[in-house]
Amino acid sequence: MSGFLRRLIGALVGMPDYDAYLAHIRAHHPDRAPMTRQEFFRNRQEARYGKGGGGKCC
Amino acid sequence: MFGPLPWMAAGLLGLGALARVALDHGEPINALWLVVASLGCFLASYRFYARFIGARVMGLDGARPTPAMRRPDGLDYVATDRNVLFGHHFAAIAGAGPLVGPVLAAQMGYLPGSLWIIFGVVLAGAVQDFLVLCISMRRDGKSLGEIIRVEMGEVAGGIALLGTFMIMVIILAVLALIVVKALAESPWGMFTVAATVPLALAMGVYSRWIRPGRVGEVSLLGLVGLLAALVFGQDVAQSAFWGPLFTYTPIQICWILIVYGAVASLLPVWLLLAPRDYLSTFLKIGTIIALAIGILIMAPALKMPALTQFVNGGGPVWSGGLFPFLFITIACGAVSGFHALIASGTTPKLIASEADAPFIGYGAMLAEAFVAIMALVGASIIEPGIYFTMNSPAALIGTTPESASAAVSAMGFAITPEAIVQLTKDIGEHTILSRTGGAPTLAVAMAQIFSHVVGGAAMKAFWYHFAILFEALFILTAVDAGTRAGRFMVQDLLARAVPGFARIGGMAQGLIGTAICVAAWGFFLHQGVTDPLGGVNTLWPVFGISNQMLAATALMLATAVLFRMKRQRYAWVSVLPTVWLLICTLSAGWLKLFSDDPKVGFLSHAAKFSQAAAQGKVLAPAKSMAQMERIIFNDRVDAVLCGFFMVVVLAVLVAAVRTCLVALRSDAPSVREVMA
Repeated sequence: MSGFLRRLIGALVGMPDYDAYLAHIRAHHPDRAPMTRQEFFRNRQEARYGKGGGGKCC
Repeated sequence: MFGPLPWMAAGLLGLGALARVALDHGEPINALWLVVASLGCFLASYRFYARFIGARVMGLDGARPTPAMRRPDGLDYVATDRNVLFGHHFAAIAGAGPLVGPVLAAQMGYLPGSLWIIFGVVLAGAVQDFLVLCISMRRDGKSLGEIIRVEMGEVAGGIALLGTFMIMVIILAVLALIVVKALAESPWGMFTVAATVPLALAMGVYSRWIRPGRVGEVSLLGLVGLLAALVFGQDVAQSAFWGPLFTYTPIQICWILIVYGAVASLLPVWLLLAPRDYLSTFLKIGTIIALAIGILIMAPALKMPALTQFVNGGGPVWSGGLFPFLFITIACGAVSGFHALIASGTTPKLIASEADAPFIGYGAMLAEAFVAIMALVGASIIEPGIYFTMNSPAALIGTTPESASAAVSAMGFAITPEAIVQLTKDIGEHTILSRTGGAPTLAVAMAQIFSHVVGGAAMKAFWYHFAILFEALFILTAVDAGTRAGRFMVQDLLARAVPGFARIGGMAQGLIGTAICVAAWGFFLHQGVTDPLGGVNTLWPVFGISNQMLAATALMLATAVLFRMKRQRYAWVSVLPTVWLLICTLSAGWLKLFSDDPKVGFLSHAAKFSQAAAQGKVLAPAKSMAQMERIIFNDRVDAVLCGFFMVVVLAVLVAAVRTCLVALRSDAPSVREVMA
């Protein structure tokens, strides 16, 4: 699957790209251990549907 | 891209097509004229008006860092490709609203609705989304409520928050009502929608443990399951054993939804909420694209007249005349206040460059308006006699094909009982009489379009139920996500207002918050379901008024911000739509409160029933004194709610005017933007 399509599918349901996150952490916070793919996925699900989430329209 | 010339040509083509749509009333015209008219106008307004607002009014600067540039974290703040972000934003703003409103508005003919959608979105709806996106983008992606507090004061912020919660309650109730109307007495539809629950649970488990994070993959599997349920649903509906198990009355479905909303709000999100969201989002986007392609291939003629006799009021679908009620009936699609919450939510944190803002903010709203145009086309290509058979309450057309045929033909839209029975058979339903709420009507239209392209008449029933599933699924996703969001709002409000609430356990807080939120929308849903005039007639105007008032609030904020930026010479861009929305919503609200016509005014309806009750008479549709009391009580609650919304918007107006006056006296800009 092309990168564009993968990112588009994620973006439609508010799931950011894990690879981009990994690249960001490695470039800017090399001292921090990045979340695993699974942790990242759970973290983003909570963020979208948890407190302050609910980014949906009528 | 290109020069201005092709865009001007598109605009001229659009205006030409619009003139053709508006002026020729002799014979049925092709729906493609309406498609060309809207697309042409949208393209030209995007190229010229959106660019003007970006460059001159907001002073967008591609070199100025956006939140995603200033504080990237790979999570909330991520610089995102503009096309990807367009998809994200569009998926978040496009819901059931733009599909339902135009279908209801078609009772006045296709012309008033299409003109309002086209001019409304260009001058009001897309402007609102775009301005709020820009304003939030310059404040690290702060939410609408926070920005109102900072720019217009604490009081205005607090009022706006409370108003937002009440709007949410009404939205949830009216959306749930549409699902009730679509699924009642429809075992095939009920089965497929019910099947999405175990499907979602399986998807949740799969993406939690088996293949975490593979959203596309798990959704594909889910969609396969969904299609299987759809095919299998026909057998279930026809089975003597299973059919009755999935056949429910409206009131039963009402209670099922209330319990479902409460449970979904308390379950972990990965188990039910998130996977349903994936399913419904992809189904929604795919179906919208398929519908556009289907309309292009079929090129159907518009059978609904351009204008019907109901422009002056007295229509069976909803009460009231064209002004002001058309402008609140079509809210989403022309202008929707709820978008201000999305445009100040995740999108401003993901935008990569200020130069992308017109495409995302203005462009995505144009796309939603096009969805609304497609819904209007759908409602207008089916026989008007069928349209009014499906959308008039039983109190007007009775409960048999013969009575409906007689009543609807008497309105001037000839339809035979045989035609009604035939369509009922074709789409595999028990009845099509009084299937109000818009969703079943749109499903009939989509079944016509899709079966024209794929499968022919034999597939009509399949496509009808596909369309019902598509609508019900994403409405239900909005209901459970909205209930959850509303629950947190209640918890926040309680934690501030009630000392000690913060100390009780999280579980108890969740239960109390959920109970209050569900009780609030459940009350209005129950009222709508038991309303003999169909409920849509009562609830949809209140929803429309509140949603447009939120839009007016967002535009007033934009005006205040423009004044504080010392760019008041451009403030007409937001003042113009604000004034129009205030005129429409306040006069609609006034009529809903004080109109002498009991079909329109809540208070005169209550008065009519309480006078009868005082004389010991029971008025139809009530069957007992207790029901009479109930109707009177509901009317008064609706009136209070309507008055509440009017007070809220007037309070925000006062705050906005004061803010603008203070800003005028100041010599320097006073906005609180995050500095580059």
